[in-house]
Amino acid sequence: MLHPLPLLALLPALLLGGQALAARDSLVVCTEASPEGFDLVQYTAATTADATAETVYERLVQFAPGSTRIVPALAESWEISADGRSYTFNLRRGVRFHQVPGFTLSREFNADDVLWSFQRQLDPEHPWHRLSPRGFPYAEAMGMAELIERIDRLDEHRVRFVLRHPEAPFLANLAMGFASIYSAEYAAQLLAAGKPAQLNSLPVGTGPFVFQRYAKDAQVRFVANPDYWAGAPRLRRLIFSITPDPNVRVQKIKAGDCQIAVYPRPTDISRLREDPNLRVLELDSLLVAYLAINTRHPPLDDVRVRQALNLAFDKASYLRAQYGEGNARPALAPYPPTLWGQNPELKAWPHDPQRARALLRKAGVPEGQKLSIWTRPGGGPTNPNPGIGAQMLQADLRAVGIDAEIRVYEWGELIKRAKAGEHDLVFMGWAGDNGDPDNFLTPNLSCAAAASGENLAGWCHERFDQLIREARRISEPERRAALYREALAIFHAQAPWIPLAYPKQFGLTRSNVRGFQLSPLGSNNFARVELD
Amino acid sequence: MLAFLLRRLGLLLPTFFGVTLLTFALIRLIPGDPVEVMMGERHLDPQAHAEAMQRLGLDQPLHRQYLAYLGQLMRGDLGQSFRSGESVWAEFTTLFPATLELACAALLLAGVLGVLAGVIAALKRDSWFDRVLMGLSLTGYSMPIFWWGLMLQILVSVGLGWTPVSGRIDLLYDIEPHTGFMLVDSLLSEEDGAFLDALRHLILPAIVLGTIPLAVIARMTRSAMLEVLREDYIRTARAKGLSPARVVFVHGLRNALIPVLTVFGLQVGTLLSGAVLTETIFSWPGIGKWLIESIAARDYPVVQNGILLIAALVILVNFTVDLLYGLVNPRIRHAR
Repeated sequence: MLHPLPLLALLPALLLGGQALAARDSLVVCTEASPEGFDLVQYTAATTADATAETVYERLVQFAPGSTRIVPALAESWEISADGRSYTFNLRRGVRFHQVPGFTLSREFNADDVLWSFQRQLDPEHPWHRLSPRGFPYAEAMGMAELIERIDRLDEHRVRFVLRHPEAPFLANLAMGFASIYSAEYAAQLLAAGKPAQLNSLPVGTGPFVFQRYAKDAQVRFVANPDYWAGAPRLRRLIFSITPDPNVRVQKIKAGDCQIAVYPRPTDISRLREDPNLRVLELDSLLVAYLAINTRHPPLDDVRVRQALNLAFDKASYLRAQYGEGNARPALAPYPPTLWGQNPELKAWPHDPQRARALLRKAGVPEGQKLSIWTRPGGGPTNPNPGIGAQMLQADLRAVGIDAEIRVYEWGELIKRAKAGEHDLVFMGWAGDNGDPDNFLTPNLSCAAAASGENLAGWCHERFDQLIREARRISEPERRAALYREALAIFHAQAPWIPLAYPKQFGLTRSNVRGFQLSPLGSNNFARVELD
Repeated sequence: MLAFLLRRLGLLLPTFFGVTLLTFALIRLIPGDPVEVMMGERHLDPQAHAEAMQRLGLDQPLHRQYLAYLGQLMRGDLGQSFRSGESVWAEFTTLFPATLELACAALLLAGVLGVLAGVIAALKRDSWFDRVLMGLSLTGYSMPIFWWGLMLQILVSVGLGWTPVSGRIDLLYDIEPHTGFMLVDSLLSEEDGAFLDALRHLILPAIVLGTIPLAVIARMTRSAMLEVLREDYIRTARAKGLSPARVVFVHGLRNALIPVLTVFGLQVGTLLSGAVLTETIFSWPGIGKWLIESIAARDYPVVQNGILLIAALVILVNFTVDLLYGLVNPRIRHAR
């Protein structure tokens, strides 16, 4: 039998023997989940985009760090035709793709790479189109195949996108992850070598970091790209330490095991601010949390009932309980005030149970009316504590004579059933990903989305729909904003949602980290980070 | 013995068949398919949905899908993950060494300390040591793993700075995965201090994962020892003038170990099938978390074959434990 004493004697030596390594040229980031893969156009999760679109890949245009402003990237400049249907991009010269073991890339980035990256997703006949078993979810969800009529290669350094109709958010769409530019030469070599799957495990791009290795569910390693056209990053190594539990991420950054930790829980923020070794970053994000009211289910098809629900819910208490004091703003519109096109004349529904009750009675809703509140078991950024939120709503509804029953469904089931319109009320959230108001309105509130199920209120208002469709097709921001102002007034009066909150976004860094900014789009980019 | 062996082996085939049928059916009973779950609240065009389902082979009738799955298994092909496109076998063999390493460390801790504590408690029955130990083991058994793990992290790692918070090794060590066992890979890497660092990373997760088995084994050993120590042959051994250590460890413990071994075997099965909570708290890239995430993503091949592989392992371990009974106690060998 083993004697425990030698082992016990070894313990103190083990415990005290090691010190955490520290290196000023290596950044360890505690991230929240594993990337799904590295061929990012096949995926939709933000964590996948952080490990690919923000490190390895780049796009023709990009969002400036920490903002939704569009800046040149692989395209140095562009021209938009007067009719808004044609976008011509002048490509940057002298950009090299990363070198990876086993492949020699002979040429610099050019128009062929742009064509390959888009045709692969849009053209069903493209040899790589069918090689993605999951399809191209982002491009499909954004309707890119229907929007883009053709892409012309004008010469080696110029490409032209011709659209079927003018689309104001198009440039912003091209800054999104799914519009990343891959190396056509690398793809050809992979295909020739019979290794197309490697595109998903060994990505090659033009970005600031070169992919080194992924240890599943543990770490992703990158090294700096010395040839990066915008100047090599100051860091030599970038390492993602996959740490799914937010408590553990906090403990790790406190212990110095990582220098940046993403997505701390809002309720921990006030305590974390007291730690002198940490810096809490805070930003108004492009998130909205809402309760969708199924306007197809009586009595919720009556606008008075929907208004009454807005009056009945004590939003201020909900915000405090869900996000903690000061960590979210009460929502009024379907998109946060960081975006343009708001309507300053709208006033939030007050918490007024008496008026709510009166409205309900006027609408003929009997005392004890049954409704179902749907939510999910696990929290996320828009709904950190679903159980408590649903209970608070249930209590407030009971106070106005509505007998609501809470149903908790696992995420996949919730989405399926809610898209099928089975719910009465469902807690939901939306994260904008291109900084355009349309990115909130069309997917969630258009008549087309009501028909396909994504509009969880099932709300189709003719005038509202007309306004948002028109705003999509014109490019002058002033005119678009005027249309959105009118649309938001309709939304407010018709009350297809209870808009709940615009949650703030938080990040943690050690105090020696410089150059890291949160992005309202929820992405995390480390190209300009330095360690003191 | 041979007949016993053959009988047990004969049971394996229907068991495996049952596991394939169960996992195949259960994962499909959960609403939502892989494509729907991936798209979440985003727009999903019915045609794009149908195409994606066809590419994944999920447009076929269920019985065809099941037969195709069985055919694949016959060829020794465990399929590819819907999410990553990697082969299920490759993912399993990448993650399983982490689970095995942690389970072995936890079982070593639980086995050694549990048996030792149980023996001492039995010898010093009703003493303060016995009472404290049994109280502690009851506490250990009923401790919520998540809370216990976080407490240790806060006290030992952040407060005292003795151990790292989570992970398998300091990420500034660049360790090439050769075997998947970090202790071995860190030794092979020749990086200074990597092995000790990997060992330090193993301490807290092993303690957390080993706590419940330790408590169970300690209690089981104590009660088995108490029973054995009352036997006539112990009295005889003492009367013969054998040393107390020999009486306890050779004559007593060997017989007391049989029920302990049963418990041990069951614990091995539990630990190998993935310690989801411990893996989550310590960011330990093992198979427990892998399976849970695959269920959430409706990654059918991973769920079906991951569970099948784990079932095979659990069966194998219990089979081995059955054989070990015979070695520990020849009476059992003959009785069967």
